[in-house]
Amino acid sequence: MCGATAGGLSLDGVKVDQEAVIQGQVTRGGEPVGNAYVRLLDKTGEFTAEVPTSATGHFRFFANDGDWTLRTLAAGADPTDKKVVAAVGSVAEVAIAI
Amino acid sequence: MSREDTLVSTQWAEDNIDNDQVVLIEVDEDTTSYDKGHIKGAIKFDWTNDLQDQVRRDIINKEGFEALLSKNGVSNDHTVVLYGGNNNWFAAYAYWYFKLYGHNDVKLVDGGRKKWELESRELVQDIPERTPTTYVAKELDTTKRANRDDVVAAIGVQNLVDVRSPDEYAGRLLAPAHLPQEQAQRAGHPPTASNIPWSKAANDDGTFKSNEELTKLYEDAGVDFSKDTIAYCRIGERSSHTWVVLHELLGHENTKNYDGSWVEYGSLVGVPIVLGDERGEA
Repeated sequence: MCGATAGGLSLDGVKVDQEAVIQGQVTRGGEPVGNAYVRLLDKTGEFTAEVPTSATGHFRFFANDGDWTLRTLAAGADPTDKKVVAAVGSVAEVAIAI
Repeated sequence: MSREDTLVSTQWAEDNIDNDQVVLIEVDEDTTSYDKGHIKGAIKFDWTNDLQDQVRRDIINKEGFEALLSKNGVSNDHTVVLYGGNNNWFAAYAYWYFKLYGHNDVKLVDGGRKKWELESRELVQDIPERTPTTYVAKELDTTKRANRDDVVAAIGVQNLVDVRSPDEYAGRLLAPAHLPQEQAQRAGHPPTASNIPWSKAANDDGTFKSNEELTKLYEDAGVDFSKDTIAYCRIGERSSHTWVVLHELLGHENTKNYDGSWVEYGSLVGVPIVLGDERGEA
């Protein structure tokens, strides 16, 4: 594991071999959405974490092995859910269009 | 306290931007959020610098709190209105701080920065200039703060409310999932602690649920309000959110926040820890 995947966030400084990274970008009509809120729900639907997206629409979580759901909230858009599988030692890249 | 004394709406905050009696303060986990844009007239408290002792692992002392407020032009008779990201975690922590040092005219913007942004309200980058004051704090109110010995003594006796996510409670994660997981301390929870994640007290937009929903939430999870309650999380911010719910919104004054929280408890030598989803026995 080294470097960032195409178009994704830089993984510099992230110990990818020890983390189950979930990251990605939120877009609307192909344009990045900054200040959207992405929340990570566990397999039971319980809230685990939430982050605002960066100016480039990016977000990142450090999860664990298993099934997760990303719920995205943004001004002027309905909440959208997207499922993702994470595993320690890998990076799950998720593109979210709202 | 009551809900009306504790919370203001985003609309109220917008209507009072130019009210000289009101001081708006943003407190974010991401301390750069304010710099990218904030409610007009708001000042910033940086929780890593302003709200933590810079030498010991502790909250700032009375003199430090007085200096912080004086420097920022907050006087004893101002109405302090706090808001922040992460559903007000760190704003709730600052709210608890103001109460610890006896500033009772303090409120939270219900929903915090997220609701403000989702409603597309204006954010500005201008930093207000405020005239320094001479703030005088009261002595720290220890009835609102638990320490590690209080927590050990509460096992099997009082309500211990673990407000972290279920995976942190069970020991499958050591930190909230937006933070790296490498930590020195052990994972899990003290025996008999209930897991009632702070997030169950909030709606998706970050506002607090109704008092009826909140009372049902804690009672259904086995909290006996006739007993004293200690809330904790990892470093004391999320549990400040729950402290606001229990102590301020619901008026259970026998509620303390354990700001040492799991980072301290999980590093103690010899204290009991339970792994997994069950509460465990005292």
